[in-house]
Amino acid sequence: MKHFVAAAIVFFAALPARAEIAIQDVVTPNGTRTWLVEEHSIPFVALELRFKGGGTLDAPGKRGATNLMMGLLEEGTGEMNAMDFARAAEELAADFSYDAYDDAISISARFLTENRDQAVALLRKSVVEPRFDQVSIDRVREQVISGIRSDDKNPDRIASQTFDGLAFGDHPYATSLNGTEESVGALTRDDIVEAHQNALALDRVYVSAVGDITADELGRLVDELLAGLPETGAPFPAQAQYRLEGGQTLVDFATPQSVAIFGHEGIERDDPDFFAAYVLNVILGGGSFDSRLMTEVREKRGLTYGVNTFLIPKDLGSLYLGSVASANDRISQAVEVIESEWARMANEGPTQAELDKAKTFLTGAYPLRFDGNGPIANILVGMQMDDLPIDYAATRNDKVNAVTLDDVKRVAKRILRPEDLHFVIVGQPKI
Amino acid sequence: MRRMMMLAGLFALSALPIRAQEMVTDFVLGNGMQVVVVEDHRAPVVMHMVWYKAGSADEQPGVSGVAHFLEHLLFKATDTLESGEFSEVVSANGGRDNAFTSYDYTAYYQRVASDRLELMMKMESDRMVNIRLTEDDILTERDVIIEERNQRTENSAGALFREQRSAAQYLNHRYGVPIIGWRHEMEQLDLQDALSYYEQYYAPNNAILVVAGDVYPDEVKALAEQYYGVIPANPDLPERLRPQEPPHTSARRMEFRDPRVAQEYVTQSFLAPERDSGDQKEAAALTLLAQVLGSGPNSVLARKLQFGSKQAVYVSSFYNGVSLDDTTFDLIIVPANGVSLREAEDAMGAAIEQFLQDGVDPEHLKRIKMQLRAEQIYARDAADSVGNRYGRALTSGLNIQDVQEWPEILQAVTEAEIIEAAKRVFNPDRSVTGWLLRPTSNQEVTQ
Repeated sequence: MKHFVAAAIVFFAALPARAEIAIQDVVTPNGTRTWLVEEHSIPFVALELRFKGGGTLDAPGKRGATNLMMGLLEEGTGEMNAMDFARAAEELAADFSYDAYDDAISISARFLTENRDQAVALLRKSVVEPRFDQVSIDRVREQVISGIRSDDKNPDRIASQTFDGLAFGDHPYATSLNGTEESVGALTRDDIVEAHQNALALDRVYVSAVGDITADELGRLVDELLAGLPETGAPFPAQAQYRLEGGQTLVDFATPQSVAIFGHEGIERDDPDFFAAYVLNVILGGGSFDSRLMTEVREKRGLTYGVNTFLIPKDLGSLYLGSVASANDRISQAVEVIESEWARMANEGPTQAELDKAKTFLTGAYPLRFDGNGPIANILVGMQMDDLPIDYAATRNDKVNAVTLDDVKRVAKRILRPEDLHFVIVGQPKI
Repeated sequence: MRRMMMLAGLFALSALPIRAQEMVTDFVLGNGMQVVVVEDHRAPVVMHMVWYKAGSADEQPGVSGVAHFLEHLLFKATDTLESGEFSEVVSANGGRDNAFTSYDYTAYYQRVASDRLELMMKMESDRMVNIRLTEDDILTERDVIIEERNQRTENSAGALFREQRSAAQYLNHRYGVPIIGWRHEMEQLDLQDALSYYEQYYAPNNAILVVAGDVYPDEVKALAEQYYGVIPANPDLPERLRPQEPPHTSARRMEFRDPRVAQEYVTQSFLAPERDSGDQKEAAALTLLAQVLGSGPNSVLARKLQFGSKQAVYVSSFYNGVSLDDTTFDLIIVPANGVSLREAEDAMGAAIEQFLQDGVDPEHLKRIKMQLRAEQIYARDAADSVGNRYGRALTSGLNIQDVQEWPEILQAVTEAEIIEAAKRVFNPDRSVTGWLLRPTSNQEVTQ
């Protein structure tokens, strides 16, 4: 049985009429809501599963448990050990990947139409009935610890971890979800089993699929895939308090190029000003070659290969961050330019021409993201997690176009706070 | 002469096709510029790319990094565009653009709505021959590429190690020189260096146009003739003959120490043949050897060293046959806690020795071939990457037919051929063994 709650046809007005994607809202017989785009021209399906929570669900003292647990899902299930499982996936030419993030865990899959049932049965065994045998725990733990040690010597990772630590105190956001050598070293099998029960529950699952499958088939597939998972998982932690003030923190590290992470508190995804902030960020430093920061720091002065800024609206707190890297004898110059551009944008906002350019860029680039079954499935599941309506993709460009110069100027004053801007610099800068 | 190829699936072993079912058309313009069109009409998007058959290995001695430096400079002014305007126009049309340089090619691309293709061709054909550089451009952009080198290489012990290993691998070929350039030579690059390279290599008869996405060959042809077809060929384009390697006759060993090393490891590389036009069998065997030996939990090395003896945290093998000249077959082992680099290297050597005696597990090879066939289906979801595959191949000495025959050649490789290829490539006299290490405590004091 299938319930169609809604179907939205996304139509990109800026482009020819073929640019339409019909998103179906399918509620499975067991009541799980999934979004589907049917695309029958290529015989495979891309499937995305997300469970809200992620690394923030680590129990106190068990930092890294969720991440290690996710690394173990492909390491054996039922009668199969890690190699048996990989062999079975190879025989089906199915790809599964399992990842942990701060706010979510993700399971991505693609499988062929010709052996879809077998692929899904195999995926289910890994998700619902992982073995977590000690020998696998020990092996994957050592891989994770090897990664932690590498991060500890990587200037980019040192910079972002230092910033997070200063910004979020004792909240899980303050530390890496990989955990530390000590915390991961102390994890037991019970901790892993608990992390699995905490994270993979039906009260927090989001599903999307794109490809050669009908709504009926998908409903049955998703129910079969999730059967056996607990109804509820661990409670979500409290909101994170941002506690960093303006200034600079220097981490001495012997390397020729200093790496800086800079920023302050950001803006929530559901804030009414989010769209204006998003447009503002494109103008200031959002990754295109002609952002203000790229123009001032790279194009005019040659101080860096790249400077970028990002709005990071996490579930339990938000950041507005940027990154830059310059030789030790030039980083202080780069920092000065960024500080002054940050203040200039806060005070004056962008020009009408900059706003218009950012809008054409954003509205034109949006449909280009919908390029392939995997990317579309990813976008759909992200929309669901952000609690966006099913017609969001169709109205998103209108929302961008509705942002006025006054909006952006007002929001620039509101969210850019030069006095709070904090730089964490890793390297041996010469002042 | 234009050929239309719509390839029907050939069936074997299972219902999956061996050959790609891509819609690929190719033709050559009057001035010698080759054009490849990959059709995918599912979304109104197009990838427009121009690939030059010129990379860092085509540089003259003493100006390492100039190919990549020029790639940056192509975003500066032309007769009709101001500095930076190229990317601004692409952005203003909702597109993304960038470029990349490798040993054997330099490529420029824009991803845009398909109705903007003409504008992209107009601008890309303009900068093929019309850049106008100033001294100021040179000085600022040289600082940018030096910061790029800082970011990619100087700040990473692993990247510095890789650079040294390539230098040790190639005695005479430019593959031993980093694409981004040696720092001391980059610091001296000037306007004339950039222009010499530009004038020598940037010409339609040295370029390949790849257009992938929602386009039809006829419209691409008409536009290509209008914008690229009018640029005269460079009659002085040199033949692509680069200094080749002499026979490798002695094993080379190196140690690289850096206090920023978190995880020590061992690498081994062996000079290996690349895919040659009309002669890809050896490369196909090496491609499958890399899969059998070191890709995934069921590969020979992972089974023996990660799951079996538990001496490795990670072990892998790599081979990429797309290269104009001789390439390498690479091995890496990251030892488990308490296992020395010497023990890890010996264990890897013993595991390969054993593999050469045991042979290839036919079931394993069958699974790998099944995955390669499935890859033909998954690839149809990504026209861009199909376009990329053609661009890399055609700038690396292969032709369209070679690219299209490749999947069948892979499927035809036998267990015995893999072992024979392994015995040829794992010649100790042609090896470079590298250890990446932390400094001993004594050395650390002097850092």
